[in-house]
Amino acid sequence: MSDSPDEKIIICRCEDVTRADILKAIREGGFTDLESLRHHLNIGRGPCQGKTCIPLVIRILRQETGASMEEIGLPTARPPVRPIPLGILNVNEGGGE
Amino acid sequence: MKDRASVVIIGAGVIGTGIAYNLAKLGMTDVVLVEQKRYSYGSTGRCGGGIRQQWTTEENIRLAKASVERFERMNEELGIDIGFIQGGYLIPAFTEQEVRDYRKNMALQNSLGVPTEYMSSEEIKELLPMLNTEKMMGATFCPTDGHANPFAVTEGYAKNAKEMGVDMELFTTVRGIDVVDGAVRCVKTDRGDIETKFVVNSAGPYSPLIGSMAGLEMPNKPYRHEILATERFKHFLDTMIISFHHGLYFSQTTRGEIVGGIGNPSEKPGYNLSSSLDFAVRMASALIDFLPQFKNVNVVRQWAGFYDVTPDAKPILGEVDGLQGFIQANGYSGHGFMLAPIVTELMAELIVNGKTSVPIESMNMRRFKSRNMVQEANVVG
Repeated sequence: MSDSPDEKIIICRCEDVTRADILKAIREGGFTDLESLRHHLNIGRGPCQGKTCIPLVIRILRQETGASMEEIGLPTARPPVRPIPLGILNVNEGGGE
Repeated sequence: MKDRASVVIIGAGVIGTGIAYNLAKLGMTDVVLVEQKRYSYGSTGRCGGGIRQQWTTEENIRLAKASVERFERMNEELGIDIGFIQGGYLIPAFTEQEVRDYRKNMALQNSLGVPTEYMSSEEIKELLPMLNTEKMMGATFCPTDGHANPFAVTEGYAKNAKEMGVDMELFTTVRGIDVVDGAVRCVKTDRGDIETKFVVNSAGPYSPLIGSMAGLEMPNKPYRHEILATERFKHFLDTMIISFHHGLYFSQTTRGEIVGGIGNPSEKPGYNLSSSLDFAVRMASALIDFLPQFKNVNVVRQWAGFYDVTPDAKPILGEVDGLQGFIQANGYSGHGFMLAPIVTELMAELIVNGKTSVPIESMNMRRFKSRNMVQEANVVG
């Protein structure tokens, strides 16, 4: 696998997961549903929360398993939509120390 | 899918997969594990991953200590990296009463061989300079407590169980359990029926629903618990911090995220897994109180999971009176992950040998009938 071009194709930029990693997990690890694959490889757990990589991962899953978009589904969207500093949510802000 | 098996396990969280693994290890491989979703779906994959021995009841302390010994050798045993960081658990006290209670708990823990120690607020500052210790009067600290990756542990159990011959039937929903003459006979699923003599109810928050299929009324209820993760940064925190005063806990994972949750005393039981802004605000505010420099750190996601809560916050383990072959392994009340290594071993012993090497009678479901309960107090939320 080491000289395969798949090794050089980064699918998840936040977590540094390549196309080769994903194919291996599907073919050898048996991670054939989106959520299991995500948890196994940490795909979509970085700052972008999957906005970049998930459509690409779904496409690979479709090619590998023959499942439809509907069958694969989308991962649960987790708030916040974009990362925000904890300080914005702090109710004690400005209360003085 | 097999239509007959010696044991059918329901639920592929850390408990179900752990029991599958330990059964196979004892030579029992004619086992089918049935799971309605995927590994770690309901509770395990949503939990904080904490592993602590600082409990207030003897049973929980003994079980947690035995589990820690197993977590320590789990990487070699399962052939994977479970991300175990044994950096201790710090439980700060904020009132005189808490100091007295925690010292008393420590004495019990020490008497059972758990190396909990007492720390002054100066000593806390020395251990964790970034922590705001202003209002802390002291703390107990157990250096052999820690945290690990719940997905990895479950995956490791499942992989090893499969290699030894256990069948894992994911995305398979249990529709009913046939009971004949007071004994389990068959588990009915949407993909076929499995005849069996043993049914293990390790469905976590869904275990009362599984119990009711076999005609049982169970005392445990699912409660939502919310949790969040920050962006990743360089490792700086080995210790897991838990405050019963605030109902809060947090730690830094091997990936570098701070993961933490805070309980909501007004949470009602039910199957609600939605995320709330109220939680995000309470958690962010409390976390900044502990780690003031964290106000500039980004939160990247929040989610929710279930605590499978019993009236005394201790698990329901073992056989059921009047229902032969039905084995309960649920009701962990928010600490199933940390108890899993020992409890799943004992459940496998119970099925294979008919008895356990450590007594578990006090955790049988019949205790709720006799009202002979001893409450576990060290629970978040």
